[in-house]
Order: sequence, then C-alpha cells, then structure tokens
Amino acid sequence: MAGSIVLVTGVTRFLGSSLAGRLSALPQIERVIGVDAALPDAQARERMGTAEFVRADIRSPLISRVIDRAEVDTVVHASATATPPSSAARTLTKEMNVIGTMQLLAACQRARQVRHLVVRSTAAVYGGSSRDPAVFAEGDEPRSVPSSGPARDAVDIEGYLRGFARRRPDVRVAVPRFSEIIGPTVRTPLTRYFSLSPFVPVLLGRDARMQLVHEQDAVEVMLRLALGDAAGTVNVAGAGTLTLRQAIRRAGRIPMPMLPGTIGLLGRALRTARIGGFSPEQVALLAHGRVLDTTRLRDDVGIALRYSTEQAFADFVGSLAPAVLPAAVRAVESGLLSAVGARRPVGTDGADAAAAQSPTGPSRPRLVSIHGEKIR
Amino acid sequence: MTSHRPGPPPSQGHEPTDPGEPPASSEPAAAAAATSSSAVPASPDGWPDRLADALAFVRRRITGDYSIDDFGYDQDFTRSVVLPPLRLLYEKWFRVQTLGLHNIPDSGGALIVANHSGTVPMDAAMLTVAIHDHHPQHRPPRLLAADLVFDTPVLGPLARKAGGTLACNPDAERLLAAGELVSVFPEGFKGVGKPYRQRYRLQRFGRGGFVSAALLRGVPIIPCSIVGAEEIYPLLGNIPQLARALGLPYFPVTPTFPLLGPLGAIPLPSKWLIEFGEPIRTDEFGPGAAEDPMVVFNLSDQVRETIQQSLYRLLLQRGHPFFG
Repeated sequence: MAGSIVLVTGVTRFLGSSLAGRLSALPQIERVIGVDAALPDAQARERMGTAEFVRADIRSPLISRVIDRAEVDTVVHASATATPPSSAARTLTKEMNVIGTMQLLAACQRARQVRHLVVRSTAAVYGGSSRDPAVFAEGDEPRSVPSSGPARDAVDIEGYLRGFARRRPDVRVAVPRFSEIIGPTVRTPLTRYFSLSPFVPVLLGRDARMQLVHEQDAVEVMLRLALGDAAGTVNVAGAGTLTLRQAIRRAGRIPMPMLPGTIGLLGRALRTARIGGFSPEQVALLAHGRVLDTTRLRDDVGIALRYSTEQAFADFVGSLAPAVLPAAVRAVESGLLSAVGARRPVGTDGADAAAAQSPTGPSRPRLVSIHGEKIR
Repeated sequence: MTSHRPGPPPSQGHEPTDPGEPPASSEPAAAAAATSSSAVPASPDGWPDRLADALAFVRRRITGDYSIDDFGYDQDFTRSVVLPPLRLLYEKWFRVQTLGLHNIPDSGGALIVANHSGTVPMDAAMLTVAIHDHHPQHRPPRLLAADLVFDTPVLGPLARKAGGTLACNPDAERLLAAGELVSVFPEGFKGVGKPYRQRYRLQRFGRGGFVSAALLRGVPIIPCSIVGAEEIYPLLGNIPQLARALGLPYFPVTPTFPLLGPLGAIPLPSKWLIEFGEPIRTDEFGPGAAEDPMVVFNLSDQVRETIQQSLYRLLLQRGHPFFG
C-alpha cells in the first residue's frame, strides 16, 4: 500500500482538526482530507497542519464524490455525536449527527476502497439511572435507553453502524465511546457549565459520579484507532472518578442546589442573557452519573491514557479563574486554629481577619490554656 | 478499580486512650468475641484537636480535596460524617454486641449475607459500624441496596458515599473481584417490612443472585445473624394507599408512628447481637457452578438455614429484648 488516504470529518472542532493535523504529520499517511460544512477558524486551521480542507456538508451527496475521487481508505467520523454548541441548535445538531452519519455511511458503503471506519460515539449511550449498575462495560445493556437528546442520537448512530458493519464485513469499524472530553482548549456544554461563576447549579439532593477524558488523550485514542487494528466498541475514560459537586469545588466554585424544575429555567435564562448557559440535558444526565470499565481499552486495544479523570479536570481548571481560592480557604482555617490556639496550624499566614470570625475564638480562652498554648 | 484500604484514620497520630473517649465496647461478652478492639475510633486528645480535624475536613470538602472510587465510596466522608452518629447509636442506644468477627477474612473478597428487619434498614447501618470499627483490619463493608435508595434524593448520594451500590449482579461481581467485602440482605423489602408478629422468621431469599455472584468469583459466603433490629420499630400495620401514593414498598404503622409524628422516628432501644458465622466456601464447586440453578438454590437454602438457626440461638442468648 502506497500510504493511507484519510478523511476526517468535523475539522472546525478541536478533535477533528487536531486529529487531521496529527495524521498529516505521519509518514505512512499519504493524504489527509478534512471536511466540514463550515470553514475552520485560524486556530483550527493551524491545528490541521498540512491536512487539506474540503468544504463539504456530510449531509449532501458531495461527500460521496470526495471519498471516491480521493480514493479514501480510512474514514474517521470525529464529528458524530458532537456536542451542540448551544441547546438552541439542537435540531440542527440532530440533523448533522444522525442524518450526516447516515449519508457518510451510505457513501462508505458504496466506496469499495474504504477499509477502516472510526466513528466517535459517547458514553451517553449507557444512559444512567438508579437502576443501572455503577460501572458499565462494553457489553452491558443499559436499563434506561436515553429517549431524547444527543444520547438518543448516539444510540441511533450506533444502530446504523451495526447495520453498516453487517453489510460491509470487510471494513473494520471501531467505535470509541468517549466520556466527557475536557481540557483547556475544547469548548463543550460541560466546560461552559463549569465556567459559570461563582455559583454552579446542581440538582438538589443529587450528586453524580463522572469520568472525563483529556482532549489530548481523546485525539490520541482516535489516532490509534484510525491506524490500529482494533474493531468494535471500546470505552474511553480517564481512570478514577469525581463527583459533580467535588469537581465544582475543585474548580473553585460553589454548588448551588436547585429543584429539577428550576434548573432548566435557569439554564434558559442564562442562555437568553448570553451569560453562559448550559443544556438541561447535560444536568439531567449528570443526576446519576456513569463510570466506564476501560479494561478493553487498556488490555485489548493497548492504549494507556496519559491523564486520569482528576488530572484531566485539573488541567481544565488551570484555564479557569477560581472564585474560591484554596489558599484563602487554608488561610481561614489556619486563622481559626491559631485563634483558638490549637496545636497544629495548617496554613502559613495567620489571617487575623479570619480569626475575628471565629465562633469559638475569644469566648473560651481557658480551655485553650490547658494545652499551654498562647492565645493570639 | 481502587479499593480503599483503611489505614489509620488521617491526622490521628495521638494517644488513642483519652478520658473523654467512650470505650468501644463496654460489654463483658464483647471481650469474649476476642476480636473487638477499642483502638478504632481513636479520637484526638482534646477539643482543639477535634476542632482542627473538623476544620481540616471542612477545608477538604470546600476545595474538593478528597477521592472517591468508581462506585462513589468516599472514605473521608464516611469516617468523618456518616460513622460518628451511627457509632453513638451502636454503642449507647442499641448496645450492640458483635460476635464471630474472626470469620471475616482480613483481605480478599467475601460476601456477607445477613437477615433484614426493622421497618427502617437500621441493621445495614449497624452492620457497617460493627465491621468498620471492630474488625481488626477495619474493612469498609460495601452494602448492596435497592434502587429505591438511589432514586431518593439526598439518600442516594449518601448511600454511595458510604460505600453502597445497587444490588445487582454486575456490581456485586465487580466489587468481589476487586477483593472488597460485600454485604447483602437477600430478603430485601420482604424482610425489612415484615409485620412484628413474624419477627425473626426469615423471608424468601430472592432468586439467589448473591450466591451466583459469590460462586462466580469463588469468594466465601459469611452468614450474618442480626438480633435486635426487629424491635426498633415494631411494624403493626401498613397503609397501602399512602405507600402507593409515596411510591414506597410499604407505609409503616408502629406503636409510635405516625401517632407521635416525628417522635415516632426514634427507634426503641432494643438490645442487639450481631454474629458472623463460619464462612461457607464456594470455590470447591468447580467452573460453571454459578450457572447451575440447583447448586445456587441449595447453597442459598444452606445459608438461609444457617442464619435462621443462629437467630433462634442468639434470641435465647439475649433474653429480654430491651434489657437482655
């Protein structure tokens, strides 16, 4: 084989453009063609490196001609189940995701030279409810199939993919199911959600477990799947787990518990006011949370992610301005402690201002003197 | 999957014996169990240290500086928030006496199977304290709970933080494979919501899913008999209409609830005994046993019978339900 010719969809987005750039730098790749319905911006263009760009809507038959003319043998559908830029664009997203994937699959089915197909899916296909097991493996059937939203699209897309794999058994089909992708560069509903400041709405009395994938790891996984020989679905998630509230705390923000009805209203209000906004589906999906079993990714596919969930989130948080500074919390703590004269001061500075807030501070000095400590 | 081995609780490098600290087990018979240890809830010396610990805990919560496992078990939260009030109930209110702790292995997967009773699953909480505080390795028991628990706001996340997860075979098998100590109440709602007149009579043991999980992983089953939970909220009746309206399996009527309103939530101070029996090995059945319904049913019956017999024995041993 002279060298692979790879088609990458969704190159206006981070994942597609980075992947196209990484592929174009490899010697065994002859050509990389990035397609998207819109023109990539300067940053995406830069990430694409030497990859070519073809402006083509994957919903149109034009995509079939691109695949045929260029004799593409590897198709990477990185924009399937892409998260909508805003919830208002929901209908358009569904159209792009589902209809676009159907058109792309139809084009691939006709193209005899296509040998490899990688379609990005999402862990949202597992749904997530109180009746589901805590950890999902690839073979697990969810008890609650998502009935609407991007999760439903992903379920439909995977259904079409199974049909395609049946009709074209000679094509290797790899379907990575990604947890939420996070990092300093990507912009998803989740990153916008964590960017709300200082209060981040959460569901009253609920706390979801979640897993994250670092953006660099996501690109790496797509690359390895495009070039490797792994087929079938594979879970992709950073090791470890964070709860939603824990993550909000780590982002230096304050969780604000809200009733399920009001949280959707708030999301709409924020979007209307163009402050930030988040999709209600996002929050609803995070009510129960889901954790993936990534044994297959590690042992069968042989990919070790560089970032754990905690590390990926920490890298993302580095790009945010915190509203609650950990150093300030530490200062208050040590201030309270030194005010009561406890033996183990925690922070470095005394924080006398915080000491004035101490509920026990000035009122009970005698007890302190038992330990022979001086009261400040 | 991470398994949180509880080392000594963080920031407790001080003398464990303190005049202010309640002895872990004052019952003479608890000493006969030879496994109870008083060193567990080693509280810090004085109140400044307690305050320092509390503040450090609050700081960790505010900054999110703690870790959970894949199932949501939060060791820091469990030790600092969940266990202390339960420990008070365990030691002062129910005066629980724990026997046979040596039957719980120090490491590796094991399945504890216990009887369920008491209208409110207080027995699950006391079982947690018993193993967490008094087992030499202070292993955190991972409880399997009904989906109703995880459907309920506040309670659901709390149950996960305390080490619980959904009672389903995938979760049980995953935890057992990770070498965790899993405990299950196979009677479920049938046991916890049975009328007072049926006390200490074991209900049906579900479909034996717990047995196949243990067989699949080859871990021992440890039968556990809990005496005392039946008397905390004697269930006299049920209001099915209210239960249906609230989506509950039953709406309890006890001598004090709903008659006395919130006061009815105070459990009666019965005397408790928790006994862990001889482990039943499951690794001798060979491969495929987990798929053999006959093996599963027989083993399930054996566990049930063992628990029933020791319940009768423990009842005699306890004597009076409240002063025994």
